[in-house]
Amino acid sequence: MFKQKHYLALGAVMLVTVLLLSLPSRAVSRLKLGIGGLFLPLFGAVNAARQLPDRAADAVLPRGELLKEIDDLRRENQESKVRQQQADAIARENDQLRALVGWQRQQPWKLKLASVVLRDPANWWRTVQIDLGSRDGVTTNLPVLTADGLVGRVSSVGYTRSQVVLIEDPACRVSARVLNSAQNLGVISPGGPMENSLVNLSYLSGNANLKPGQVVVTSGEGGIFPAGIPIGLIADSIQVEFGLTTEARVKLSASLGSLDKVWVLTNPQVSQ
Amino acid sequence: MFDVGCWLLDVCRIVNLFNSILILAAAFLAVFAEAAFQLPRHLFGAQVDLLPALMIYAALNTNIVTVSLLAVLGGLWFDSLSANSLGVSILPLFAVGFPICLRRDLILRDLPFAQFFLGAAASAAVPAFTVLLLLTGGLEPLLGWGSLWQWLVMIVGGALATPVIFTLFDWCQHALGYQPQTETSFRPDREIRRGRNLKC
Repeated sequence: MFKQKHYLALGAVMLVTVLLLSLPSRAVSRLKLGIGGLFLPLFGAVNAARQLPDRAADAVLPRGELLKEIDDLRRENQESKVRQQQADAIARENDQLRALVGWQRQQPWKLKLASVVLRDPANWWRTVQIDLGSRDGVTTNLPVLTADGLVGRVSSVGYTRSQVVLIEDPACRVSARVLNSAQNLGVISPGGPMENSLVNLSYLSGNANLKPGQVVVTSGEGGIFPAGIPIGLIADSIQVEFGLTTEARVKLSASLGSLDKVWVLTNPQVSQ
Repeated sequence: MFDVGCWLLDVCRIVNLFNSILILAAAFLAVFAEAAFQLPRHLFGAQVDLLPALMIYAALNTNIVTVSLLAVLGGLWFDSLSANSLGVSILPLFAVGFPICLRRDLILRDLPFAQFFLGAAASAAVPAFTVLLLLTGGLEPLLGWGSLWQWLVMIVGGALATPVIFTLFDWCQHALGYQPQTETSFRPDREIRRGRNLKC
């Protein structure tokens, strides 16, 4: 039944597999990004094809509608400027108070916009790849967020692309704080494979007074995520381990299923 | 006679090479499509993997070299876009293709229902084996009761894709591949010529 070439093929495939699986993690990371780079021309072509209908729609949009949109944007811009002035005044006051008490001054966030170019094809991971890499100053473990809330962290970096492990993935654990009177602390862990936009908040104290709708933000513990990034809202909670701890489900603020643009926080200030 | 034999051998090699290149190109595009297009994930909660279905086609219609190449390259391409350990998808694909390639003379490869069930079996075995290898390697993939539904979607998707892939490749083979010219029974020296002005 077995011919010599079958033996050879079997041996060759086994050898290649063993060699690849025994490579050091850094070499694997580089090799992965190198092989993944073969797909870049296809992604470029697909992105260009996706933009075609938008460009066609832009070309035929009536002038009146564009003018109305410009008016709306001007109004929004003015409102934003007023709010920015107010925020600047609050920040100055905050800095003065910090200086009086002797607390460390907070640096403003430096953000870089990135496009999500692909999602993990495997159903058992939740990762995406973005079009920023080491040439853009991205390093591993930088937080990634949208305007709505936390998305995840950078897990590996290539020259032009990076892999982001989403908050729904088992490899991304986040220390979180519930914004209630007790400021309960817990750890965000993945929900289930089919539970889109729901994650678990575990290791809360047994007497935590949680109510649906309470806001969950990053606590700043753990050394990766700075404090205060919104994660989501409490959906429900249950006491586990014979009442010793409480576990809650959190509805994520950011829509991870339809990520298009994300922000990479390049200067996170975290407590170790 | 010897020259004709060599020429036929060359043609067969070119045809096999063309088929192998076509399969590898399809695997490359399949992996890309799985990463770029999210419609199955939005509709059914899971992405369908087309590599097992392609492996069934390769194992039933090509040689062991193409099966090995598809396992290695397809696995590498898939793992490079995924958080899988690099190389972990190679063995499951090869484990499906190798026995089928060995025993393909016993399989009714031309029947769509046989292709459907082989596709279903391969689409069930490959992710299960991959997850098993990941767990053995100490990784923690996202698993739960919902994974059973995702597995079912992958099985049904792969099963439906297999006959489609067979049809597509047969069509490509027919349209782009080498087709040997069929011999006719016509011979010029046996031609019967009719009419009055015959000069022979």
